[in-house]
Amino acid sequence: MESLLLLGGNDSDKLTNVLRDLGYQVISISKPSQIGPFEPDDGYLGAVINAVDNLELALMTTRLVRKRETPVEPVIFIVGQAQLSELNLRDDLFDDFLISPIDAAELDVRLKHLLWRSGRGLMPELIEYGPLILNLETYQATISGRIMDLTYMEYELLKFLASRPGKVFSRETLLSRVWGYEYYGGARTVDVHVRRLRAKLGEQQESLIQTVRSVGYRFGSPRRNAPTGSR
Amino acid sequence: MKPTTKLDAQRDYVLKTAEERQIKYIQLWFSDVLGTPKSFQITPAELENALFDGMTFDGSAIDGFSRIQESDVLAMPDPQTFAILATDHSVARIFCDIVNLDGSPFEGCPRNVLRRTLEKAHDRGFSFFAAPELEYFYFADSDPSHPPMPLDFGSYFELTVADFTSKLRKETVLALEDSGIPVEYSQHEDAPSQHEIDLRYTDALTMADNILAARLIIKEIASRNNVHASFMPKPLAGVQGSGMHTHFSLFKDEKNAFSDSSDEYRLSDTAKGFIAGIMRHAPEFTAVTNQWVNSYKRLVAGYEAPIYVSWARNNRSALVRVPVAKGADPDSSRIEYRAPDAACNPYLSFSVILAAGLKGIEEGYKLPDEASTNLYHMSSEDLQSLNITFLPGNLDEAIALMEKSELVRETLGSHVFEWFIRNKHDEWAAYKTHITQFELDRYLRSL
Repeated sequence: MESLLLLGGNDSDKLTNVLRDLGYQVISISKPSQIGPFEPDDGYLGAVINAVDNLELALMTTRLVRKRETPVEPVIFIVGQAQLSELNLRDDLFDDFLISPIDAAELDVRLKHLLWRSGRGLMPELIEYGPLILNLETYQATISGRIMDLTYMEYELLKFLASRPGKVFSRETLLSRVWGYEYYGGARTVDVHVRRLRAKLGEQQESLIQTVRSVGYRFGSPRRNAPTGSR
Repeated sequence: MKPTTKLDAQRDYVLKTAEERQIKYIQLWFSDVLGTPKSFQITPAELENALFDGMTFDGSAIDGFSRIQESDVLAMPDPQTFAILATDHSVARIFCDIVNLDGSPFEGCPRNVLRRTLEKAHDRGFSFFAAPELEYFYFADSDPSHPPMPLDFGSYFELTVADFTSKLRKETVLALEDSGIPVEYSQHEDAPSQHEIDLRYTDALTMADNILAARLIIKEIASRNNVHASFMPKPLAGVQGSGMHTHFSLFKDEKNAFSDSSDEYRLSDTAKGFIAGIMRHAPEFTAVTNQWVNSYKRLVAGYEAPIYVSWARNNRSALVRVPVAKGADPDSSRIEYRAPDAACNPYLSFSVILAAGLKGIEEGYKLPDEASTNLYHMSSEDLQSLNITFLPGNLDEAIALMEKSELVRETLGSHVFEWFIRNKHDEWAAYKTHITQFELDRYLRSL
């Protein structure tokens, strides 16, 4: 389970406790410069940004998490009633918002809903990305309606990547997260599986798994003007 | 409830997939000591039980599984190998490890032998990859009472030859791909009616499973088309036999451990040690990679099969060939071992090759000079002056060399080692007492 990024302001401790009680892991920061250094290997699950005390800091932090090569999604804003107009024309910065003081149950529902839409969260059942659908209950994967015959490891790798679109993973990370330490295939095995997955996705959709040169792999539609070769 | 452990998750995956895809039968596959695939079939109702507790069966019926006290063993399905058959979508197969009733690995199981050897490599940070080239013949039938009839010059097929065999091969390649066995390349081989299918590299355990499955699929597609596919190493005198040249590489983390761009041959010390290990021990383990009386009729001069222990970059008479890496891509560094035939047991063959290579690395064996000339054209004095040794000339010699090999005994484990030697002694004894057509033709009248 990945961790939520929290900019909590004066309510840091309270919000941390609320989120932990809801079952999330939390990485709490007080300034934007901590985003990078505190980031776990597999990135942030999403972000909760409290704008009540310091709107400027909140906006700056949000711009930073959104403008990274792998933008953090979803972002939930917490604002005061009087700050609502500040959200005008800033739709690109957040996915949802709550009015302070927040209600824990409401935060729970909104977070779950946003995470479900991206196929993550605590109890996901379907991952949908373009023509790809993974049913986590039945383990069946379909691409453009066609059933994919996958081995267990192919399925697990596809699930891992498809539930974290846009993020770049090294072979080593994939190997330890998907295969676990007991496997003796080595990092090269990841290449073998990616090649097979691409073959099974078919020519039309094989670019859903992109090679990021000398880094690893990324899932998602190829981005326009995507930087190549470097992070 | 969501499954908690990785193994549980894998089992759950198999159960749900079998249900979702309406699988009617599940074949449990395993290999006997000689590499012949064995299987029994269960229904989906028994699948859960089989996955968690294994299926008991009497091992004494399987070549190389019998023991003195206890004959019952368990087949434990490896859920990672679950696949739906390309030739029948209502049937799935799953490879099994054979274990004793107390759950410990059964010493007669070839898959366990390979797992054990791979673990040794893993302890040293290496993962081992293999890419075999499977050669085989299509014949009109499998009736041994007359010489095999190649399709290319059998009168039955003359008109449609080219179309028919390429259609067969195409159908086979598609079925292999459908079964999750990616094919790198396929072609018509040198001999009439001989074909080659090269499998894309993958880790050695998966590849050994794939070879067993591929041999079955190739035979199955042939038989559906009323012809016979044979992996017999030398079915026809006077033309090339069928080998299984295999490309091997070792990786350490993400790096190809065989590659060193600063070396004249682009070979690392690890690669040199590995090749030297294979070369020093090849005569001892040839009984495993070439396990039949007939295997040694392929290993003769003049048909691109190796007979001398040598290595080279561009010399197809060599036992170990070092293909020139594509462009400057260090990841494609590999070696090609040219002795095995496609009728070997891939689990045991990969085990002895890996063990010999690791030994060469560990003990720092020195790599002999490259044999750049065609050794077939050299006199025996010249060969001797170059210290070139030979592979065993027949199964009897091969067994004698294997019997003395500590490395092969340790790698295969005493159970497999001793059974194998006994079985091959028997095969040789049966062959020795057989009077061949060659002898009748040559001696009956004149002597």
